[in-house]
Amino acid sequence: MDSHAQVDPRRHSGDTWIVIPLYNEGSVIARVVAELREHFEHIVCVDDGSTDGSADAAEAAGARLIRHPVNLGQGAALQTGFDYVVKQPGARYLVTFDADGQHRIEDAMLMLDLAKHDDVAIVFGSRFLDDRTNPGVLKKIVLQTAVWVTNKTTGLHLTDAHNGLRVIRTDAAAQIHLEQDRMAHASEIVMKLGRTKLPWREFPVEVLYTDYSKAKGQSLLNSVNILVDLLVR
Amino acid sequence: MWIQILLVVGVILIGFFLARPAGGDSHLALRRLFMAAFVAVAILSILFPQWLSWFANLIGVGRGADLMLYALILAFLVFVATTYRRNVQVNHRITLLAREIALARADAEDARAAIIAHEAESSDAADERPAADRIERED
Repeated sequence: MDSHAQVDPRRHSGDTWIVIPLYNEGSVIARVVAELREHFEHIVCVDDGSTDGSADAAEAAGARLIRHPVNLGQGAALQTGFDYVVKQPGARYLVTFDADGQHRIEDAMLMLDLAKHDDVAIVFGSRFLDDRTNPGVLKKIVLQTAVWVTNKTTGLHLTDAHNGLRVIRTDAAAQIHLEQDRMAHASEIVMKLGRTKLPWREFPVEVLYTDYSKAKGQSLLNSVNILVDLLVR
Repeated sequence: MWIQILLVVGVILIGFFLARPAGGDSHLALRRLFMAAFVAVAILSILFPQWLSWFANLIGVGRGADLMLYALILAFLVFVATTYRRNVQVNHRITLLAREIALARADAEDARAAIIAHEAESSDAADERPAADRIERED
């Protein structure tokens, strides 16, 4: 892994589609897409009814744009992206990537290396496998609550449940049908991927907490929503 | 008393209104039975208020009016719960519909892009031939 600097930066470009759920990230999405374009050919932005020109910015930056006619939620946007990508000829892997630029592309590349090398269907990014990421006390409470609920309800044992960076092989993605439109979809993805019984791994990633992503990150109250969404159907 | 006549007419009208079919057939029969029972009890307690108090005393509630309040709270909670569930279902349907629209539009765009790419390819091939002819003529 130490020699990855010399490896072809576009080695995953041919068979990997990036899926970005997009909602009102106009100030950052163009840069995120442009950086991804250096490594990947196929970038799908699912615009979830943005009202700030995010969609046009993403399209101008070179993303394949799919527009929801109304705002449905991040889970719904991910599912739309899955449905689109699994139909594309040549698509073997998809990577879910957050639109606000909190993920590192290098992490995504290494996760794809791992998925292909170990032939696993799913690689979850985890910010708690090493100490690069410092989310702060409140956010840590929220995230650890989510991890606890997810592990209780899914039977998998993850260290980080609500990380937007995931590598999913298309045969696994084709078996997923998300019904939680809002934030509980992160746990739902884990649960439904777990039910496929396909092999999975966790991979340490760094989450970049910019002022921007801090301002709109998950609030403490949202952990209540996540709990209720999971328990009350 | 006038109030009794008004209330009885009101209860009967609401009963008929709610017995109209709307939504699933399986729930409709249950709802009609429930409405019939509700109308009967409502009319009974309007015409004979003392009956309601007698019944309330029987199950350990002070007055008939208190019993009504408790029943109302229960009915309201049931209403909130069923409305929430229905809302979730409706939202799910909207999601499926919106996704179909988004994907259909994407498919149409992909098909158009493929046609344009195909046309550009064939016009490139057409452009090449005259260019080759020209070079030959210059010779």
